[in-house]
Amino acid sequence: MAQGATAAEMEQKPAIKAQGLKLAFGGVKAVDDMAITLGRGEFLGLIGPNGAGKTTLFNMLAGTYRPQAGSILINDVEASGRDATARIGLGLGRTFQIPKPFPQMTVLENVVTGAQHQTGERLFANFLRYGKVKAEERAAIGRARELLDFVKLSHLAHEPARVLSGGQRKLLELARVLMADPSAILLDEPAAGVNPALLEFIISRVLALNAQGKSILLIEHNMDMVTRLCHRVVVMAGGRYLTEGKPAEVARNPAVVEAYLGAAA
Amino acid sequence: MIELISYGAFFLTLALTYAIMCLGLNVQWGQTGLFNVGVAGFVGIGAYVSALLTTPDAPDRFGGFDLPIAVGWIAAAIAAALASALLGAMTLRLRSDYLAIATFGFAVVVQLAVLNLQKLTGGPFGISFIPRPFGALASDPLVFGLCNLAVVGAVTLAVYGALEHLMRSPWGRVLRAIREDEQAASALGKNATVFRLQAFAVGGAIMGLAGAVQGHFIGYISPEGYVPILTFQVWAMLIVGGSGNNRGAIAGAILVWAIWAASGAALAAFIPADQQARASALKIVMIGVAICLVLLLRPRGLLGERATVSRHVENAGDHAKDKAS
Ligand SMILES: Nc1ncnc2c1ncn2[C@@H]1O[C@H](COP(=O)(O)OP(=O)(O)OP(=O)(O)O)[C@@H](O)[C@H]1O
Ligand SMILES: [Mg+2]
Repeated sequence: MAQGATAAEMEQKPAIKAQGLKLAFGGVKAVDDMAITLGRGEFLGLIGPNGAGKTTLFNMLAGTYRPQAGSILINDVEASGRDATARIGLGLGRTFQIPKPFPQMTVLENVVTGAQHQTGERLFANFLRYGKVKAEERAAIGRARELLDFVKLSHLAHEPARVLSGGQRKLLELARVLMADPSAILLDEPAAGVNPALLEFIISRVLALNAQGKSILLIEHNMDMVTRLCHRVVVMAGGRYLTEGKPAEVARNPAVVEAYLGAAA
Repeated sequence: MIELISYGAFFLTLALTYAIMCLGLNVQWGQTGLFNVGVAGFVGIGAYVSALLTTPDAPDRFGGFDLPIAVGWIAAAIAAALASALLGAMTLRLRSDYLAIATFGFAVVVQLAVLNLQKLTGGPFGISFIPRPFGALASDPLVFGLCNLAVVGAVTLAVYGALEHLMRSPWGRVLRAIREDEQAASALGKNATVFRLQAFAVGGAIMGLAGAVQGHFIGYISPEGYVPILTFQVWAMLIVGGSGNNRGAIAGAILVWAIWAASGAALAAFIPADQQARASALKIVMIGVAICLVLLLRPRGLLGERATVSRHVENAGDHAKDKAS
């Protein structure tokens, strides 16, 4: 895909280009006139103090919330008026800050559910085109097993997802969204509450994904992780765009430090 | 002895017609979580459509059309599916409790319609002379009873097989995913409204088919056969048998119908004749007691829901069974 994309290509056809986004919950302006662009093949960080509006912005990009104003282009298609179900078809996948596995389904089935364009998801095809359904299902299960290997959950393939630990759930969500093979992925705090050994593993997996050409937008509070992963970082505070830059520059920026301290006070 | 077998066949045949209704409700509630309290309406539509199409021409009402029984059954399923799809399209986008209100209202409308559209439905007198499968054998009650049982048993088995096939298919998996976490499913591109609508229509079609089969087995239908008590019975069957489990739905139907029939017989034997009309309410009480007992002893029903896995996953079946036991 966009492996080794030049800076010019990234500029031309971004994976996501959102402008003027606005969403208020009652009186709370969670996101206000926010713009963000995720280049093709880019690894972009999104940071900001608690309550800055990062997850709300994500939910607008992912279609869960409809913005009150603004536009969202996903792979050059206007998506602000379309709902969450349409996002994966545009090439955008997401994970959740609080993981959402299908708890009673097995780990393997959770992942297989991510498969797209399955003939067997059409009601009558299960009777009329059973041969095709069967072949696709076998292929999907094979792919899901590969993805479980990729996130090292293969030994739990037949357990119900409810038995997974918090960190394992984050990995399961990653495998599940990869099953849909989106070109861009929104990751909401994939490392929150994860032990240091698993953290290194998650870092290695998302780096591998980016190297495969996937564009990634990452929300993360762990600055060390952000520094190691991201090409560029956008800072939000109070629902607005504050600044952006290389991770190291941003961390030194007095305005950013003040925003974090201000939020803590 | 022959009488006993005849009665057994009659009882089981009738019980299986309820089992089919119960399988339909299981698709909607057990697998998808759709709260349909208008079961009687969909069963009634199926029964009337099939009766209308297959009865001989009647002078005092529209039709019948004297078509083959199989045509009547298929048309019954299609008509009930269309009715469910229409009702579902209007209400499934709304909050889930609206579906309950809408289905209840729908069943009342159906019942009032068949009661009052006399030119179409025979009104309060209902429709009689509905052709019975193997009607030519009616002179030998035993053979006739067993043949009927075989037909209804085959229909039950076919519906059961088709539903099990669907539940283990990618379609069934998406249905479970939506039930467990709608937001996560939609992030994966699964349109919850579309899948719910399909499940609702499939369930409705099965209820319509059950209504038709029952009508042809009894040979006579009338509006009081499709009142809310029927909905209550089918729900009781599903809860007792185990919501989410197709075998449970069948077992629950047979057990609850047995309780219903036995309490009816006990009332006839022990209650003086002039009190029997009032005492028949005790049958409903008996079903209530049965539900309470089952929920106390086996909270998930006789056969609770089991982990369902795609049939293409090797060994996963055994694994799921281990987990469930
Ligand atoms: N569904 C909602 N209803 C009302 N207010 C909300 C809702 N979601 C978010 N908010 C408010 O919007 C603001 C931004 O919340 P958001 O979850 O986007 O922050 P965040 O940057 O993701 O924070 P964190 O780093 O803690 O996850 C907060 O003030 C929050 O209380
Ligand atoms: Mg957040």
